[in-house]
Amino acid sequence: MIEVSDLTVRFGGVMPLDRMSVTFDRGTCGLIGPNGAGKTTFFNVLSGFVKPVAGSVSAFGEDLLSITHFRRARWGVRRTFQTEQAIEELSVFDNVAMIHENSKMSGSTRRQDVLDAIAFVGMDIDPAARVGTLGAAQRRLVELARAVVGRPRLVLLDEPAAGLPDEETDHMGQVIRRIPEQTGAMTILVDHDMSLVSACCEVTAVLDFGKMIASGPTAEVLRDDRVIRAYLGTEEIA
Amino acid sequence: MLQPAVVLVLLLFVLLVLPSLFSQYYIDASTQVAIYAIVAAGLGLLVGRVGLVSLGQAAVLAIGAWVAARILFASSLPFPLVLLASGLITMVLGTLVGLPALRLSGLYLALITLMLAGAITVVLATTNFPNGGHGFLGYNGSTVHIPPIRRPSIATGETAYFRYSVIVAVLMFGLVFAHIRMRPGRAWAAIRQSEAAALAGGINTTLYKLWAFALASFVTGVAGGLLAGAVHYLYSIDFQTQDSITLFAVVLMGGAYSLWGAVVAGILLQFLPALFTNWGISPDWLTILFGVGVLQVLTTAPRGIVDQFPKDMARLGRLIGRLFKGRSSAPAGGEP
Repeated sequence: MIEVSDLTVRFGGVMPLDRMSVTFDRGTCGLIGPNGAGKTTFFNVLSGFVKPVAGSVSAFGEDLLSITHFRRARWGVRRTFQTEQAIEELSVFDNVAMIHENSKMSGSTRRQDVLDAIAFVGMDIDPAARVGTLGAAQRRLVELARAVVGRPRLVLLDEPAAGLPDEETDHMGQVIRRIPEQTGAMTILVDHDMSLVSACCEVTAVLDFGKMIASGPTAEVLRDDRVIRAYLGTEEIA
Repeated sequence: MLQPAVVLVLLLFVLLVLPSLFSQYYIDASTQVAIYAIVAAGLGLLVGRVGLVSLGQAAVLAIGAWVAARILFASSLPFPLVLLASGLITMVLGTLVGLPALRLSGLYLALITLMLAGAITVVLATTNFPNGGHGFLGYNGSTVHIPPIRRPSIATGETAYFRYSVIVAVLMFGLVFAHIRMRPGRAWAAIRQSEAAALAGGINTTLYKLWAFALASFVTGVAGGLLAGAVHYLYSIDFQTQDSITLFAVVLMGGAYSLWGAVVAGILLQFLPALFTNWGISPDWLTILFGVGVLQVLTTAPRGIVDQFPKDMARLGRLIGRLFKGRSSAPAGGEP
């Protein structure tokens, strides 16, 4: 369970997160909102790249914000990036193994764990292939394999299907849906593709201008007036 | 990466056959190639693997040579131990040079390392670069009776010292190669691509950046020790601040992403000048050649000569092949 309370981030005069409070219970949860709503900033806080000026994040009873950024992977935070960041110079295997060797897992099961993670995301390519030679969809899958290897506790997916064709997005959705049962991790999915969010997430929270404006069962949230207004604007014409 | 068998054959050729083909002049130049290939491997590691531009590696080499020379004068330690000691001491000092890298990157890091290199050059020049004085800090005021820096007893001759240097170079390449293939190499690849991705992957970027500087400084320090033995006499004038920039240029030309690139860099930096001198051409022309070379690398072959040369050869091969095919089919088909 992730409990976020009064989380506030300030960049000069801008407040990407303004007293954000939300609780993600378990399974795969959606986090949506228009561009600039603060979704990625929220992930950056959870990753430790951005220091909030106020508020707290409690993850499974632990104070996540007190952990140094690079140690959070060891604790169990995994993430993918909006612009995919699989390491081009390395092979698919090394990309995933790198996360494993920085986790709490012992080295003796590394080979098998890595191959399992690659199989889990449904890649049927040579693990020795260099990531730089792969296409966009496969790189996204490599990044996803990195996110699920080595017993994660919190998986953050930042627009994992951005730029992918529908077919690949469907496959991605199927994989994402299985993350909680496969790894036991709680997953937060940020995406603009509402069909992907509906397909993967039972509950969804909505951010707008750094504030939580709605949260609850995904279908209800997507019908909520405030959410529709946040995305489409009000009917008033200036 | 070439097959290990090919590497072994190449190595045996260099160790056994090459010395009999070369005059002493070129053997000396080849020793320098081996030494500078080590330095280039260290810089290539920083630039190509981790993405840290250091323009102070020639100064780090000077520190290595200085430390080794002092130990060689002041003690009777066996040569390999002296190399190890100069490597380790240079590692500590070079890592200090790398400290700014934790906060700076790109142009600013390059600038800071260049200025540190300038400072080191000045310090070494004003504190009387080692000659044959006693002890660790002694200075010999005499200009005629300066004892030479000693070489290992098993390699006092030019050919023997060349082989000795090549073997040390192979060991240093092995050390760098092992790092690249193992955990640090994966961490460096991640840091080079994106620091955020590296941090999110649980990599202590501070530790691994310093590790890269430490490793590069260690091998450069060992190379400095070899250099001290190779030239017998060290003069501060031999270590100019701009050498670091030339070094950077040849590393880019050779190919910063590959260890073979470091060998090519060593050849460019040390063998070409020897050739030019022998042919009666001023080695100063090399500055222009390297400038053009870097421009060419940056615009058309970002992975350097080691990557581009085989491709060019293959293209040339295809071109020649097409030429022959065209000629044999021309009489039958006629002109269109």
